[in-house]
Amino acid sequence: MLSCKDVTRLISESMDRSLPLRKRIGVRVHLLICRFCARYERQLLLIRETARRIAAAEDRPGEPSGETLPEEAKVRIRQAICNS
Amino acid sequence: MGIPACSDPSEWVDRYGNYLFRYAMIRLRDRSAAEDLVQETFLAALKSRGSFSGGSSEATWLVGILKHKIADHFRRQALEAPLEDADLRELPDPSVFDVSGHWTSGPTDWGGNPADLYREEKFLEQFKNCLSGLSPNHANAFTLREIEGADTGEICKVLNVTETNLWVILHRARMHLRRCLETHWFNRSMEKGP
Repeated sequence: MLSCKDVTRLISESMDRSLPLRKRIGVRVHLLICRFCARYERQLLLIRETARRIAAAEDRPGEPSGETLPEEAKVRIRQAICNS
Repeated sequence: MGIPACSDPSEWVDRYGNYLFRYAMIRLRDRSAAEDLVQETFLAALKSRGSFSGGSSEATWLVGILKHKIADHFRRQALEAPLEDADLRELPDPSVFDVSGHWTSGPTDWGGNPADLYREEKFLEQFKNCLSGLSPNHANAFTLREIEGADTGEICKVLNVTETNLWVILHRARMHLRRCLETHWFNRSMEKGP
């Protein structure tokens, strides 16, 4: 029998590789009866989705929001481009 | 005479500086390292201008160069601060599970419709703060996996770890992030509630 501790580890692992069949079945059966582990899995998926959204939002050129390159860094970099 | 494949480099900083800086910041969480890599990216682009085909947009071309610089940065960090026992050790709080491996107190219900959270600027800020709070090895592995979307084989090469260790690191990273969000976002909103 898999414990909750095992299952949390395997939930994470299943996000990085396809688990061997026996483990996969063990996790699925556990998730049917354990609401905490099922909740844990939903939360990890939310975390994954959030990371993707952050990447997608920040990776668009010309987005006005968010951090900007400080002015003194811009000056320094322009200088470096001219000098090279 | 053909159309020049890329624009005047003197305009690059104004056109792409902020974009590349944001791209680097979310991955490196370190302002001076991000500034340095933006500069290195422009200088490398300057050298390889001839190879820019114009097939992709200039922004995409520059980001492609930056991506390599970021991977190099992670590689250097991994050499300077190799994996420690602490990165692979037990949970942040071993009392999460009892001796038989069952939850002592399970994850709290995050309630509502979590899908709405992606649109909340403050939640995304908290998420980035929690990510910055991880150990560098955890944060770098998580970033490569979930923000860059790299596969585990590539990440192992960059961070110089075995696949088994990488699974453990990612498990720890996700567990820490989950706990941090629960403590600083979800429980906080519950206290604020009616």
